Amino acid sequence: MPSDPPAARPIDEAEVRSIARLAHLDLPDDEIQRLTTDLASILAYVRQLEELDVSGVAPTSSVLLERLPLRPDAPHESLPHELALREAPRVSEDGFEVPAFVDEG
Amino acid sequence: MSENASLLDRSMADLAGLVARGEVKAELVASLLLDRIAARNAALGAYLTVQRDETLAAARAIDEKRARGETLGPLAGVPIAIKDALATRDVPTTAASRILTRDGADPAHGFRPPYDATVVARVRNADALLVGKTNMDEFAMGSSNENSAFFPAKNPWDLTRTPGGSSGGSAVAVAAGLAHGALGSDTGGSIRQPAALTGTVGVKPTYGRVSRFGLFAFASSLDQVGPFASDVRGAARILRVIAGRDPHDATSLAAPVDDYEAACGRDVKGLRVGVPEEYFAKGLDPEVEASVRAALRGIEGLGCELRPVRLPHTRYAVATYYIIATAEASSNLARYDGVRYGLRAKDAPDLGALYARTRAQGFGREVKRRIMLGTYVLCAGYYDAYYLRAQRVRTLIRRDFEEAFKEVDVIATPVSPTTAFRLGERTEDPLAMYLADIYTLPASLAGVPALSVPCAPTAPRDGTPSLPVGLHLVAPPLEESRLFALAHAWEQISPARGLRPSLGDGGSAR
Repeated sequence: MPSDPPAARPIDEAEVRSIARLAHLDLPDDEIQRLTTDLASILAYVRQLEELDVSGVAPTSSVLLERLPLRPDAPHESLPHELALREAPRVSEDGFEVPAFVDEG
Repeated sequence: MSENASLLDRSMADLAGLVARGEVKAELVASLLLDRIAARNAALGAYLTVQRDETLAAARAIDEKRARGETLGPLAGVPIAIKDALATRDVPTTAASRILTRDGADPAHGFRPPYDATVVARVRNADALLVGKTNMDEFAMGSSNENSAFFPAKNPWDLTRTPGGSSGGSAVAVAAGLAHGALGSDTGGSIRQPAALTGTVGVKPTYGRVSRFGLFAFASSLDQVGPFASDVRGAARILRVIAGRDPHDATSLAAPVDDYEAACGRDVKGLRVGVPEEYFAKGLDPEVEASVRAALRGIEGLGCELRPVRLPHTRYAVATYYIIATAEASSNLARYDGVRYGLRAKDAPDLGALYARTRAQGFGREVKRRIMLGTYVLCAGYYDAYYLRAQRVRTLIRRDFEEAFKEVDVIATPVSPTTAFRLGERTEDPLAMYLADIYTLPASLAGVPALSVPCAPTAPRDGTPSLPVGLHLVAPPLEESRLFALAHAWEQISPARGLRPSLGDGGSAR
């Protein structure tokens, strides 16, 4: 990704295509064009956050009031095999079936 | 109205009492309600699927349990609608998305979870009747229910208008008398805004108060499950059933659960109620403002003290929210890939194509837009400028509330800047839609509890019927009881009390 300050350069179609690849979305040209327009206007709006001086302000990643408890590290029953596969669109030899992804050539 | 039909019009507490004492059979309640749903749901679009046989069987089991002499739970025979973002064991659950259906078309062919969400199990164990799964914006992304992949839900006060969203179907079910209560989820206002727009009570509890195990995740630092009901007491009763620590959700709080229903009826004299000027600024519809201001005078009349407070970072909440929520969504929704459940693109040559085609076919426009925005703001090079900056602004918004709650016990504001808008009015402009949530987002970002309770509806004019308006009450963390006490006190004197939409089928909703 380019390191220009975000306000300096508006988002373009090539960048939207590369984001779509990262997001695993196979989008046709008309959707890429529409998203470029939409994202440009949303990003222009959210840049209002640049008005604020946030130096020295700690980021909030969670508003949880308590520390996350740990569960005991004990074995427990897992989902039965048959049930785990029940909703799969395709199964093969007791597993999820996917297209080959290792190049064996 | 026949005696049987009026049975459905009893309050939640009355109905549960009748069933618990054996004066009314749960099976009768179930069959009457299922008939009403069959008559009204096509026009309203509240339910995506209705579990007729399962509901009747569950009702008979409740009646048998009572016949054996067992004590029934607090929701005995009470019909509760479940947002379709909550897992229901063996019952289709789609989050109103094509990607969670096998055929990309029919919610009845949706993903069947192997377990119940904890909140679903808890209302079931309280002897509620789980009548159906409600319509919503796809993956809870939207403020009008128009992003449902299947059909929009419609506002029972005016069928040309939206009920709000994303928990629109849950709100409509309660407003139109198709359930006594409902479960929804609220990430940025998705319970409170539809409650306001449909004249129902809706509660977003403190972040972590209610388990999210089995809730399809949208934005994990914000998502919270909460109740809808037609009165404050009903919402309090449901919240008490669903709240509390759950070993399946590490983010659920261990703090003790109050008796929220006992707070209903508590004296509110002397309560300090903060009124933030930032929520009454430009963009607020004058009729909504008049109604909310009248409610504030009513609250003052109850002996509460109104005090001005400042929440200076309110105007940054929409931008902050749309960065944080989309970033988290882009990560949470990575799991929908066509392998383990739901839709799968045909004839993909390799794994990458299978993912990308399935997701392109399965997700709707708004979901794709948010995944794209979220992926963008998390990119190396932009992360600091967008995501990290938004997290810092979130701290400022949180501090606004901490400061304000040093001066007041509760904060009161409008829920939505307008009444229910027309279907189609904002679908082409994502930013206009996002601004609908401007008053509900800050409490979500701060993690504090908030509730919507009806105040005076607008007056009918120019062919526009009377439309509901909501009063938004916000409290410090874990002070839900304070919200219920004030909302209940207001409800007793509210001009909206007892008002129900007329449904044009010879009956009113209640």
